[in-house]
Amino acid sequence: MEQKDNQVTAEQKKRFELPFHIVKRSTLPLKKKILVYAIALVGSLLLSSLICWIFGDGNPLDFFAYLFKGTFGTSRKFWLLLLETAFLLGASVALIPAFKMKFWNLGGNGQILMGCLASYAFAYKLGGKMPEWVLLLLMFVSSVAAGILWAVIPAIFKAIFNTNETLFTLMMNYIAEGVVLCFFAYWIHGQDVAFPKPNGGVLPALGNNMLLTILVFFLLAGLMFVYLKYSKHGYEISVVGESVNTAKYIGIDVKKVIIRTLILSGAIAGLIGFFLIARTSAPLDKTLHNNMGFTGIMTSWLAAFNPLFMFLTCFFIAFINTGMSQVQTDFGFTNNAISKIVIGLIYFFVIACAFFINYKIVRRDDSGQKKPLKKRPQIRQRGTNK
Amino acid sequence: MAKEVLVEFQNITKTFGAVVANNNVSMQIYKGEILSVLGENGCGKTTLMNMLAGIYYPDGGKILIGGKEVQIHSPKTAFEYKIGMIHQHFKLIDVFTAAENVVLGVKDNTKYNLNSVKKRIGEMCDRYGFHINPDKKIYEMSVSEKQTVEIIKVLYRGADILILDEPTAVLTPQEIEKLFAVLRAMREDGKSIIIITHKLNEVMEISDRVAVLRKGEHIGTVQTSKTTEQKLTEMMVGKKITLNIDRTLVKNPIDRLIIKGLNYTNQENVKVLDDISFTARSGEILGIAGIAGSGQKELLEAIAGLQPLDSGEIIFNRPKKNLPVSFYHKTFKQVVTMAAEGKFHYEDGSTVDFTGMKKKEICQLVNDGKILFNEDDVMNLRDKTPLQIRELGVRLSFVPEDRLGMGLVGNMDLIDNMMLRSYRKGNSILVDRKKPENLAKKIVSGLEVVTPDLHTPVRRLSGGNVQKVLVGREISAAPKVLMAAYPVRGLDINSSYLIYNLLDKQKQEGVAVIFVGEDLDILLGLCDRILVICGGKVSGIVDARTITKEEVGLLMTKTDSGKGENNGTEG
Repeated sequence: MEQKDNQVTAEQKKRFELPFHIVKRSTLPLKKKILVYAIALVGSLLLSSLICWIFGDGNPLDFFAYLFKGTFGTSRKFWLLLLETAFLLGASVALIPAFKMKFWNLGGNGQILMGCLASYAFAYKLGGKMPEWVLLLLMFVSSVAAGILWAVIPAIFKAIFNTNETLFTLMMNYIAEGVVLCFFAYWIHGQDVAFPKPNGGVLPALGNNMLLTILVFFLLAGLMFVYLKYSKHGYEISVVGESVNTAKYIGIDVKKVIIRTLILSGAIAGLIGFFLIARTSAPLDKTLHNNMGFTGIMTSWLAAFNPLFMFLTCFFIAFINTGMSQVQTDFGFTNNAISKIVIGLIYFFVIACAFFINYKIVRRDDSGQKKPLKKRPQIRQRGTNK
Repeated sequence: MAKEVLVEFQNITKTFGAVVANNNVSMQIYKGEILSVLGENGCGKTTLMNMLAGIYYPDGGKILIGGKEVQIHSPKTAFEYKIGMIHQHFKLIDVFTAAENVVLGVKDNTKYNLNSVKKRIGEMCDRYGFHINPDKKIYEMSVSEKQTVEIIKVLYRGADILILDEPTAVLTPQEIEKLFAVLRAMREDGKSIIIITHKLNEVMEISDRVAVLRKGEHIGTVQTSKTTEQKLTEMMVGKKITLNIDRTLVKNPIDRLIIKGLNYTNQENVKVLDDISFTARSGEILGIAGIAGSGQKELLEAIAGLQPLDSGEIIFNRPKKNLPVSFYHKTFKQVVTMAAEGKFHYEDGSTVDFTGMKKKEICQLVNDGKILFNEDDVMNLRDKTPLQIRELGVRLSFVPEDRLGMGLVGNMDLIDNMMLRSYRKGNSILVDRKKPENLAKKIVSGLEVVTPDLHTPVRRLSGGNVQKVLVGREISAAPKVLMAAYPVRGLDINSSYLIYNLLDKQKQEGVAVIFVGEDLDILLGLCDRILVICGGKVSGIVDARTITKEEVGLLMTKTDSGKGENNGTEG
């Protein structure tokens, strides 16, 4: 690494230098990668437990006990953990086709919220006035359509005018929130301060009211894996994502692929909205999306856009989230600030791993030069490294 | 010749990750000499010199200047030791004038006075024989003028050691002569000049000594007068190789691709293609020569259907009157529609009518070659997308200049890259990776591609192997027209000649080959005809067997008076 000018003259032999420099790694074996992540996880959890110990009442070991109590403590808690995993997985599955195409869809929240709104509107207006299955069908179709609408608008602008999709999708989130508030102000009659629970439109329970949701999104993740890896559409998505020029060169209609992929993304996001409302006929709320549109970015990124790895990352994030609410209660925190700090801390540790996986730190000796290599270095021969 | 040693490298080592760019290199540079640093692409020439110029810092070893060990931490420190480097890609500010660029960043504690700067530039020009207008803006300059500004910039800072990285890569023969005259004048003035290059004839012409690097190691330094091109090649490559292109004679050429009056004006309102017309024949290699950025890229992309045009025609000619339908791969559906349009006849001349016949019978007739075309097939490919061109049955292969950014996908493995052309085949919604895998195997063994396995991302392969994969895929489509833009750029000598011979083989098989090249020696040795373009215009179509390099060079700068000149910096 070259040093930036530090106003050094030729005579000035001694100069300030960092005692190390940063070198890019070639590749790290899988075992070491896992080790890096494991160290980060353990480190972050230890630090978190210390923080909770300092600010709350309980000893550091309690932190771990509560974390597991909140997630695996009772069968209901475990079901809730799976449910949260499923929703998060759904959000990640909705995002990855676009991400694989390097279309940075930050509008997951808005797309999910529009799905919620569509379902809720039908459930609220028509609940109890028509057969449940017709209502559910209407809710399903309208949610998917609403999700598609919210995703496809930025896609069309991107495809035709090459507008920046990052800002566009982000702004669509706020519009979606506004639409929800408008709906409340103009459609909800009466003196309610919050949205009322709708009168109908509840999905039938499959054992309990969580299993169906869990099955649907787990299945979707599997299907998405096949779609991205083995279908022609998936192949086109990767080519467009890697190089638009190559895509044009071989005759892929890039505009069509962008729009088609975002229709798929939006449809899945809308579906999440449908399940959020119809699973328990929940009242609408502008935070019903639970920020999954953004958390999903992290889970899919950590999983390197592989839907199968996403099972792990989503489960982990869901584990931390649900576990921390238990920790919060049991440590006697009166607000969720500490648990937000801890969650942020753990995310930070895990994301920072990417640096240590891609780079290593090399110490310099006194002369400012790297220590001589012990082994005779391997000669530059690209392509022949067997 | 007891010359004074100015710079000495002692056991210099530099690594980038697992890649060792320089290993234990020790060499000397004398005062007042021209030293060529010769080596194939990727052998560490530029890295070594970048360490002298302060761009990189060595991992091990010492650099001595005038016998004293020095630490060169930045280009600024390098200038304090009177070392200046002229990079392959110029580092100038386009909207500034030459004089402004020269003085930019100079801190000599004098008041900023552009007039005195211009005066000094003028003195330098007289001394070494440059010609430059200090008030000309960079964006108005040709590549050669920009290079002159870079040289003056370095001299202005008082450099005694000049490093030039591939200075001739983008120049015409005439400009190279001028540059060499300047370099000789500087040598007489006592300056040391280091030229990084991989062109042997230039090494022989200009340098006093040659340092040869191979795979990061210093093989040896020899006096130019005491060596030959053949010996240098052996040092570079590490083994004896024969370098010749077997140019075969053209057999039964037919006009395959007829280009008429292509015009294209880009978004900056620059006329990139200006009334270009030519014909590419089957069984012939048509070379395209010109200064980088004269419209070569746009021309090929226009033919491939990637570039919209203002006007003009791209006629693909397929003479097939009285040839059997089975000769051209047609789907059953296409055959039936074409028969309905009355485009076929039987051997005895009667019109083909398929009504009431079964699919099996029709296929039998077609396969037996009983059904013939009525007319020649002439198609205008203008404004057709690459997909439409392929659906028309036109087999047009294109090896673009940007291999990993356009021809291939760097992060995908060999199999997926093979699939780019063929993944659409079949009605299944899933892709078939079996056939591409077989194709990849065939290309890896046939063209000796060095790769750990078929699942390696192509960007990890070396430049030569990447190009073999790309050319292999394009040839595997059995093209009728094969276009290749700078197919050997960045390739080592062996791979380059392999590519040349592949192109010649395609020519023998009756393909119309269009080859855009930059090395005039190769163009003259490989092609049958050469189309010279200059500033988007055709300045001549010449017979490659009789014309000389100098004549081509003149044609390349025919309209050099400034009008319509394109200062492309793609080089």
